[in-house]
Amino acid sequence: MSWKRFENFAGIVLPCLVGPAMIVALYLIFMVVPSERDQGIVQRIFYVHVPSAWTAFLGFFVVCGASLLFLWRGTDVWDRIAKASAEVGMVFCTLVLLTGPIWARPIWGAWWTWDPRLTMTIILWTIYASYLLLRAYGSEDDQIARYAAVLGIIGAIDIPLIVVSVRLWRGIHPAVMMSRDPQGGLRDPWMRFTLLVAALTFLLVYAWLLLVRVRALRIADEVERLHRANRIP
Amino acid sequence: MSGVWQILAKDLRIEFRSKTGLGSLFVLGLLVLLIFQFALPEKPTPESAAAALWISFVFAGTLGAQRTFLLERENLALDGLKTAPIDAASIFLAKMLGTLVTLTILQAVVVPLTALFTGIIPPAPLGLMGVCLLGNVGFSALATLFASISVASRAREVILPLLIFPLLVPLVISSVKASAVVLGAPGDAVVWVRVLVAFDVVFSVAGWLLFEQVLRE
Repeated sequence: MSWKRFENFAGIVLPCLVGPAMIVALYLIFMVVPSERDQGIVQRIFYVHVPSAWTAFLGFFVVCGASLLFLWRGTDVWDRIAKASAEVGMVFCTLVLLTGPIWARPIWGAWWTWDPRLTMTIILWTIYASYLLLRAYGSEDDQIARYAAVLGIIGAIDIPLIVVSVRLWRGIHPAVMMSRDPQGGLRDPWMRFTLLVAALTFLLVYAWLLLVRVRALRIADEVERLHRANRIP
Repeated sequence: MSGVWQILAKDLRIEFRSKTGLGSLFVLGLLVLLIFQFALPEKPTPESAAAALWISFVFAGTLGAQRTFLLERENLALDGLKTAPIDAASIFLAKMLGTLVTLTILQAVVVPLTALFTGIIPPAPLGLMGVCLLGNVGFSALATLFASISVASRAREVILPLLIFPLLVPLVISSVKASAVVLGAPGDAVVWVRVLVAFDVVFSVAGWLLFEQVLRE
């Protein structure tokens, strides 16, 4: 019962926070923060691109953590959190891959480069996609939650290896493009503040979407259970 | 651990007695090599030979890894295996070793064929064998774990490559790079071999630990 009460409480509080935070973040990005000296107005996409990437990574680690807890405890709520986090993380990962090329085209002169971070993100996207496809196909014997948990854990274990191998791969054939250093350019306090606000806003959006999906999955499970109990096909 | 050898011997006996099993792997491996030859520029390099070798291995290997669990689904043999007094970790080890043996035989055919087709004779044959074996161990560990998951899925043929290809990225990058070096490309293979060893250890242990969760009812 307490989980349901928490769901209801957060279901009211989070939207109330997300709306104003979104307006403040947009105002900061478009009206307050100064344009970057070399890149000009284009660089403002940074305040969407980078928080999306952070949120996508967070989503992935939540999938892994919830999967571990599900295998350990066997409580359904962890399975729902893992699934919901994969779905929401997939949205943010897609946002990274959409905003990345839009930013790269005017700055690097190419829609896509095999920069380690970009490569890493697209591999992460394919792991998310395979996780969601595995869940969507389901299994013949209703073991899908455990199978998905195994994939969620293995995927997270794989990340350090992917990072190392992709870095080495690029290190041997260095990219011609100039490297982009997001921390180095942020000398202006407004830039840092805007990034912080944008990151918090994205975190709130993630939390809210996660909550909405977890609740929807719980209700779907309950409907399924009632159907079975009353032998409705 | 006693069950490991029984399961392994049983699987290999089935594999060698069936007419289609190994045969289909060899033909698929050969076909991928051929397609690669047609798709590549005229003059092969150590890099392109290494690429052909591993693409052929990954595609045929995915098919091979699927077989060990497809066989167990016939006549509900998997349920028999689950009820046998053998722990899940031993079953995983046996299945992984079975896949490893089958895929080593596949490599014993594909690697000489690659050398023959491209005309690149490996200057360090032992080094190439070592890299092939290291790549094979990591592949077998990951593919065995997910083959057991994919055969339970409704889309079993489609889902295995979808599940393992993204996870195999570190293995594919480092195997291709290390193989290119031992085939004569400039560079240092040691750093790639390190990544391969890390991959092998991490996923052998992870599969060994997590397999119980896959088998549990």
